Amino acid sequence: MKQFKKIISTAIPLPIENIDTDQIIPARFLKATDKKGFGENLFRDWRFHKDGSINSEFVLNNDSFSGQILIAGTNFGCGSSREHAAWSIGDYGFKVVISSFFADIFKGNALNNGILPVQVSEEFLQILLNTVKENPQSKIEVDLENQKISLEETKTSETFEINPYKKLCLINGYDDIDYLISIKDTIETFEKNRITI
Amino acid sequence: MEKTLFDKVWDSHVVTTIKNGPQVLYIDKHLIHEVTSPQAFQELENRNIPLFRPKQIVATADHNTPTIDQHLPVKDELSRKQLEQLSINCKKNNIELYGLGHQYNGIVHVIAPELGITQPGMTMVCGDSHTSTHGAFGTIAFGIGTSQVAQVMASQSVITEKPKTMRIIVNGKLPKMVQPKDVILYIIAKLGTNSGTGYFIEYAGEVFENMSMEGRMTVCNMSIEMGARGGMIAPDASTYEYIKGRKFAPKEQEFDKRVAYWESLKTDTNAIFDLEFTFDATDIAPMITYGTNPGMGIKIGETIPTTENESFEKSLRYMGFEKGESLINQSINYVFIGSCTNSRIEDFRVVAEYIKGKKKALNVNALIVPGSQLVASQIKEEGLESIFEEAGFKLRQPGCSACLAMNDDKIPEGEYCVSTSNRNFEGRQGQGSRTILASPLVAASVAIEGKIIDISTTF
Ligand code: SF4
Repeated sequence: MKQFKKIISTAIPLPIENIDTDQIIPARFLKATDKKGFGENLFRDWRFHKDGSINSEFVLNNDSFSGQILIAGTNFGCGSSREHAAWSIGDYGFKVVISSFFADIFKGNALNNGILPVQVSEEFLQILLNTVKENPQSKIEVDLENQKISLEETKTSETFEINPYKKLCLINGYDDIDYLISIKDTIETFEKNRITI
Repeated sequence: MEKTLFDKVWDSHVVTTIKNGPQVLYIDKHLIHEVTSPQAFQELENRNIPLFRPKQIVATADHNTPTIDQHLPVKDELSRKQLEQLSINCKKNNIELYGLGHQYNGIVHVIAPELGITQPGMTMVCGDSHTSTHGAFGTIAFGIGTSQVAQVMASQSVITEKPKTMRIIVNGKLPKMVQPKDVILYIIAKLGTNSGTGYFIEYAGEVFENMSMEGRMTVCNMSIEMGARGGMIAPDASTYEYIKGRKFAPKEQEFDKRVAYWESLKTDTNAIFDLEFTFDATDIAPMITYGTNPGMGIKIGETIPTTENESFEKSLRYMGFEKGESLINQSINYVFIGSCTNSRIEDFRVVAEYIKGKKKALNVNALIVPGSQLVASQIKEEGLESIFEEAGFKLRQPGCSACLAMNDDKIPEGEYCVSTSNRNFEGRQGQGSRTILASPLVAASVAIEGKIIDISTTF
């Protein structure tokens, strides 16, 4: 997994609540057997009309906005556990997703793919969305080591929570398999000692 | 210390706790299917990591599979390749696969319980969010992403934080026509789609105690629609009765020994939950959804709320509904009865009893998709097949089908489908499709009438 320490980037605002993983990547694109190319179909049915033409009203098709940060409404990533959602977000080029609330499985999937979900307060989310909407060139700094997110322009900032173990994994580019394999003996001892089942 | 059912099962599976961090939880059973496993196998192969406990993995093909002509090669090339990849991976790694055409094939959350794989006190995972279904047996069961599928393959464990506990109590007697699906749709509508995030739910009280195992599975299945990792119900006589005699159930004395252990799992009287809600069964009515998340549900006779919120309005626009509108008499052309929420024999008995001697409305296309081969056989044995046929319903072969429309069973753009599945997200049943979630009984009534009727007052 790639390391993650800090990024400074412009952002794309997507102020919709309860964005489910079926919207992030519709089921018909889940037929691949590898992890490549999912970015092409990220938010597919919002980006394109049914006849394949571009929906110019959708923010990803608006040239004024770009960047490695996606800012979305509350309860982002709910629904299906498909990790393809995280793969498509990563493959499209996002490194950070900001929301005021994340669904559990999505949060874990993102972290396992080196994408940082940053949970901010509802007020700060609105500040970020409004600032970016008004000035698409506004830069946001996400500093994982100090668990701090700031708006360069207004110097407003907020701290965010992250599990210390997960933080360590991201900063060092480790993943959970490395750790689990390193404790194989402990797992085997556990298996031998258990009384039930 | 007094413990909850969840604590008892969880604590007995903790391998170790990472300093300042999450816990390593041992997994008894790992279920896999074609869509979320290939990249996990690939990951392990790339890193040269062998599978740790292949005997604790069970595989099925369900998401992609066609529901007609299953004996023929799968027409869709990408689906066929994904299914083939699953067979190759299982063969290479000595994993039991109940693939297409196998007598035990079916939706992963239907087959594991009916084969007796799911048992109380276990931990189970699957790369599928509705793994929560298995909680009906007093099992800790939850969905995981593909990276975690690879972790479990490599170590039979997952790294995860212990969720908080929530108890939802429903006491009293359910009104006529109210089914387990209505109970869970009611709870989600009351609490909201993210109310359960970070929690594991225990459902308790008379309503769940009196509920069949099929009904309990329907309820636990949709725990994820509240954002919860999973939901569970304490094992009791109904649980043991259901498991007894099933293929992988413990036999004879071993069974009795297990029952004694399973009995000990119940939540202690004074155990404390982080959060608790109580509902009155008599307030529950047949439910339907009107929006694009499962929390947007109303009692069938009620009107759509008049909430002022951009996302809410966007959702109604997608559905083609208005604030304050009633859905009674809304014309419906598609009805889907199936999915891991409602495709067990009990669901089809309810439908058959309702439609017996009636005919579906001319405008309706009614699809019945059993959850498994075993359910399909039972439908035949019990004579339900001819009831469906005479009523004009199409009975298909098992699979996920129109629940997520990865195969050919899609609802056309702009059409409404009253569906017994669990998700009404935009485009879930096909691009542009509009899903209305309901119980099998409500779905059956819609198929007969060709429109939504209030079954709670009609009969
Ligand atoms: S029936 Fe639907 S919800 Fe259930 S496992 Fe299949 S796709 Fe998922």
